[in-house]
Amino acid sequence: MSQTDMEQTATEAVEQAEDEAEEKAPVAAEEPQAPAPINVKQIKGILEMNKGARFRTWLNICARCGLCADSCFFYLAHDKDPKLSPAYKIKTTLGEMYKRKGEVDREFLTQAKEVVWGQCSVCRRCSMFCPFGIDMASMFMTARAVCNSQGILPAGLARTKKNIIETGNQMAVSNEDWIETCEWMAEEWGEEVAGLNIPVDQHGAKYMYTVNPREPVYYPQDVGMMAIIMYVAEESWTVPTNGWDCTNLAMFCGDKAAAAIPVRNMYQAAQELGVEYILMTECGHAYRSGCFEGPYFMDIPGGKPPVPVKHSVQLFVELIREGKIKIDPAKRLKERVTVQDPCNVSRSGGLSEYLRELTNMLCEDFVDMTPNREYNHCCGGGGGFIPMGPEYKKRRMASGKVKAEQIRATGAKVVISPCHNCFDQLNDINKEYKLGYKVVSFKELITEMMIIPDKFKPKDEDEEEDAGASAESEE
Amino acid sequence: MYQLYEFLRGPGAWIAFTVFFVGLAVRMAFLVGLSKERDKVLYNHFDWSWAWRSIFHWLIPLGSVSFRQQPIFGLVFWVFHVGLLAIPLFLNAHNVLWDEAFGISLPSLSDKLADYGTMVVMACVAFLFIRRLARPEVRILSEGWDYLLLILVLAPFLTGFLAYRQIGPYDLMLNLHIFSGELMLILIPFSKLGHIILFFFTRAFIGSEMGARREIEGRLGARTW
Repeated sequence: MSQTDMEQTATEAVEQAEDEAEEKAPVAAEEPQAPAPINVKQIKGILEMNKGARFRTWLNICARCGLCADSCFFYLAHDKDPKLSPAYKIKTTLGEMYKRKGEVDREFLTQAKEVVWGQCSVCRRCSMFCPFGIDMASMFMTARAVCNSQGILPAGLARTKKNIIETGNQMAVSNEDWIETCEWMAEEWGEEVAGLNIPVDQHGAKYMYTVNPREPVYYPQDVGMMAIIMYVAEESWTVPTNGWDCTNLAMFCGDKAAAAIPVRNMYQAAQELGVEYILMTECGHAYRSGCFEGPYFMDIPGGKPPVPVKHSVQLFVELIREGKIKIDPAKRLKERVTVQDPCNVSRSGGLSEYLRELTNMLCEDFVDMTPNREYNHCCGGGGGFIPMGPEYKKRRMASGKVKAEQIRATGAKVVISPCHNCFDQLNDINKEYKLGYKVVSFKELITEMMIIPDKFKPKDEDEEEDAGASAESEE
Repeated sequence: MYQLYEFLRGPGAWIAFTVFFVGLAVRMAFLVGLSKERDKVLYNHFDWSWAWRSIFHWLIPLGSVSFRQQPIFGLVFWVFHVGLLAIPLFLNAHNVLWDEAFGISLPSLSDKLADYGTMVVMACVAFLFIRRLARPEVRILSEGWDYLLLILVLAPFLTGFLAYRQIGPYDLMLNLHIFSGELMLILIPFSKLGHIILFFFTRAFIGSEMGARREIEGRLGARTW
């Protein structure tokens, strides 16, 4: 998808809508009591700015062949309802906006919101099935930008955007809390690996590790696991005090200005620390933002990030290939395993072969889903769906049917997910469709299975008295 | 009737071909100019290898996952396009006209083959028309223009076929044949038929965008076919 497709939008309108909404029930954010009038001029501006050669061509040459329909999991999950085909969804939202030259009202935009967020996860699968290769996700993102500019967007996303604008990360975690989490995890996991530490703001490290704010908030152990892997592999790494959030939900709001905030923080931190790579946790959309879209949010000429971005899945494969991390063959998973291809890791990240190589390194009975790799279906939680909240959950469960059936067909008891949003969605559809599998991340499996060399093993209780000196001498 | 024929064969043909070539060239020049300003993403990540593969796989019959999901449509679609291009270009009668006018000509199809080919193209149009009506996901997208374009494409084939077989009034058929062919040429630059050129650009973009752009540092780009 292309990143030039979002226009800077007025955040005031959103904030106003939210302020009003917060006084009422949290779900009512999109219908404030006194809605601001629609700013047609602003909409025209967004539409005009995006009407380059690609958009003109795409809007004009769609041959209405309908081939995109079968590519869309919303369409497939709802008995092939023709209103859910990507081309129809574009035609009735962005197509209509262009046709009416931006002269749309609140009612139209509110309906469009239900389509561009509620019926599309911008997974980009349809582009691969269109004879002209029309990049429909880009068009949906522009339609989102139009809705967003008028403060019309799902309440859950509006809240995360507000957090990003106010605090620089989607969950409003303070930098102090983040660093405290790192220290706490180093201490806690230090019981398993002697001398474990999480270097903070270390200049000249090879990797600057960035996370999803869900980790400090809900899954701090994820930070600990990563620390163990990096420590045992003796990799040069650090975490930054600022710019540690690699996620970007403002991207899914269609808000270019807000989407530039976390990206700018992260790039700046990496440049200041002089690292070789920005390393990312197992998250899909963060990778899409950091690697591909971020440079366009910041208008960086050439469209490439100033510091290369590496997904942790790629690093894990490299560490095991190089023997820096050794997997205990006896601990490899015996149960049947399948791996989820997150859209933003496989289709939009190009990492699908790494997922398979890593899964085979860790598991004995790996069965791929059909279709897989770049052709895989979105789990139904992408494109901002998970943070869109309870209001959209029913729809998320209904469209998750396609993924549920894919997993059921593999007979897997364990599903590996290298993406936080997929992780949540896979857990939810597991309950909804009674599939009975367990969802894990790669780092969780690696921490369980890796061989901790003797030099990193903590001393036994009876040896503990003289441990201090010998642990140091061993290093 | 003869005067009309003279007009269609002479100035009419000149007008049609001029509008066709100039129209396409102007449209392309406009889009290329605009793209330099607003579609930097195209230039930033363009890659010939991915662009070419992205085009090639959609030119060969059932070369894409998408068409393999609807193989009958995929084949009809392919045969339709081949016939649409090959029959007017390589028809013996057309080559005679080229030869008379400019002393140049292309290799010619035998009349019999062209005759059968025309029937196949017409059958393909019928299939596409029925598909458009029959499949809900196609019907819901279709507008009058989509049906009309199919009929416009059918017209020169049908009239040429009838004229060749001398079915109906020959002079009228011939005039209708030339007129509908010229009309189609004139419409190409201004309608979605412009995809005869634009197809290569959109495919090159998506091939590079999803393939080459994701492929650095040991990653594998996504195939868009």
